[in-house]
Amino acid sequence: MSTDPARLHKLQTRLLWGLLLAPALFWLIGLIVLPHVELALLSLRVRVAPRVYEPSIAQYRTFFEEPLYWHTFVRTAVMSVIATALTLLLAFPIAWTIAKIARGRTRALMFVLCLIPFWVSETVRTLGWMILLRESGVLPQALAALGLTAVPLELLYHDTTILVGLVYTSLLFMVVPLIGALDTLDDSLIEAAYDLGGSGLTILRDIVIPHAAPGITAGCIVVFMLTLGNYLTPTLLGGKNSLWFTEQIYTQFITRFNWEQGAAFGFLLLVLSTAIVWLGLKLAGQKFGDVMRRT
Amino acid sequence: MPTPDLEASNVGKVYGAHVAVDGLSFEVQRGSFFSILGPSGCGKTTLLRLIAGFLAPDRGEIRIGGQPMNGVAPNRRPVNMVFQHLALFPMMSVGENVGYGLARRGVARGEIARRVGAMLERVGLAGAQGKRVDQLSGGQKQRVAIARSLVLEPTLLLLDEPLGALDLKLREHMKIELKQLQAAFGTTFVYITHDQSEALVLSDQVAVMNAGRFEQLGTPQSLYYSPATAFVAGFVGNNNRIAGRATGVAGEAVELVTDEGLYLFARRSGPVAQGDAVEAFVRPEIMSLARNRAELGDGQPAYDGRVESLLFDGANSAVLLRESATQREFRIALPQTGRFADLKAGESVAFGFDPQQAVCFGVDRAS
Repeated sequence: MSTDPARLHKLQTRLLWGLLLAPALFWLIGLIVLPHVELALLSLRVRVAPRVYEPSIAQYRTFFEEPLYWHTFVRTAVMSVIATALTLLLAFPIAWTIAKIARGRTRALMFVLCLIPFWVSETVRTLGWMILLRESGVLPQALAALGLTAVPLELLYHDTTILVGLVYTSLLFMVVPLIGALDTLDDSLIEAAYDLGGSGLTILRDIVIPHAAPGITAGCIVVFMLTLGNYLTPTLLGGKNSLWFTEQIYTQFITRFNWEQGAAFGFLLLVLSTAIVWLGLKLAGQKFGDVMRRT
Repeated sequence: MPTPDLEASNVGKVYGAHVAVDGLSFEVQRGSFFSILGPSGCGKTTLLRLIAGFLAPDRGEIRIGGQPMNGVAPNRRPVNMVFQHLALFPMMSVGENVGYGLARRGVARGEIARRVGAMLERVGLAGAQGKRVDQLSGGQKQRVAIARSLVLEPTLLLLDEPLGALDLKLREHMKIELKQLQAAFGTTFVYITHDQSEALVLSDQVAVMNAGRFEQLGTPQSLYYSPATAFVAGFVGNNNRIAGRATGVAGEAVELVTDEGLYLFARRSGPVAQGDAVEAFVRPEIMSLARNRAELGDGQPAYDGRVESLLFDGANSAVLLRESATQREFRIALPQTGRFADLKAGESVAFGFDPQQAVCFGVDRAS
């Protein structure tokens, strides 16, 4: 009898917790876990006759046997890594200026300048690049008019074009964690290092980068994931030459209605992404938990 | 006489309309402990950064060890600095911190390890090379910061209010340690602080700085017993500050009267003419206290007062009293013998002081 109010209270607490967690759990299970399970099951079967399916690993075998898929896979990974590296190289000076050099209004202004491209959708941004770079576009016409090229060149549909588009899209996602990391760096540490005989380069190597390492890793993970899974930018800017793996997935799902193959490709991309991120964390000596705290 | 380790000639620095450092010229002899004492905003941090090389002077020249330093970057000067919040590198171990400067100079690894070990022993942190910075206490971090600079054997060591962040007991302990370290190493220390107790205890020479200028430069004793200006008298040590008008001047002796009509006698410092507005400074410890005038004896002007409150602080105890006629407040240090331990608020007492030991300055009408 005397335990009843205690048990009731416990039940109420549990119910409360359940209600609070319900939306998150619903989102997690319903929109992420279940679809992934469904796709996993899809990827492990093959169509032997109309509406007749058999469990098989044929989809995965196709991937390893057909050189196109394997090459596209590797090419996507390599270009994503290059794009991430380029974004880091570009974003670091920007983040340094915003975090350390700019003050007050200038700082806010520079940050807004980084943010402005994202006020329009990715589609419009990419189309903007197409307007600039296509043969009849602004840049080739300008180069030809200045006499630097004989005729306007076609600047679209090259690998470099894809990289330019990817870096442009990813810049903000690298700048923000970097600014966060550099903001916490005490100026007096840098002055002390100068005072003890350090030069700009050694200070960067010994003090700034180790301090900003979690921020750098966080930015790189986010940018890498975004570029690896990007469909729009590589396809529009690279055209038929893009050979981006997401395009292969799209082709299987939409053009060929081969959902089984598409699902298998999707999972392969997931595994690739996880493997590279894990490798990157190992190389950088960072822990995933620490890095995610900095994003 | 050997070349002074630090010479400044007419050094000036201006920020827009604000003059941070106003044409300073001074010398610091080798092996001495030189302090710059002043309130916040007086320009002492600016001066330190000019010496370290983080700022360039607008005019004048700084010479360290006889070499002109204008245009020389901070990483090329034979000067090292201990920062206010120490600026230890959290991403490195204690050994790496102390050896940082040596590594930048290209010293061999084995030699670095040896020198770092020797230096850590000298500051009392033997064997701490492997520790992380956040494992150290406040006093230990201080010593690592000092070791990191001294291991480079600089001509000059600059210290920017290093004891500010420590609690009282630790601060007192570190004051003594710093003084001993400086004597042991023989390096010239330039120390800036707003705490006059630190400046007095540690230094061979102190410069009191106010609004970009040195008000007085001298030994701690001369600053304390013979202040050159009213600012120095009021800033260094405790003082009773009395404003009034000079009613009579005879050689060095000045008689002054306060607005309430209290007559006092003091020794003048600087020009004072009859009728001038003056400020007199009487130190609490030179004032004598007695239960009645008879106990005070003759030879000194005597006054009657009523005890207002007692400030017990062990050996630094003082009494706040008001002069009977004019209600003028005075702070008098209680003798350390404990003779007046039973003094109560409201009691009547007599007090007086030797006019020779009280200083009085003419108030500058223009300032």
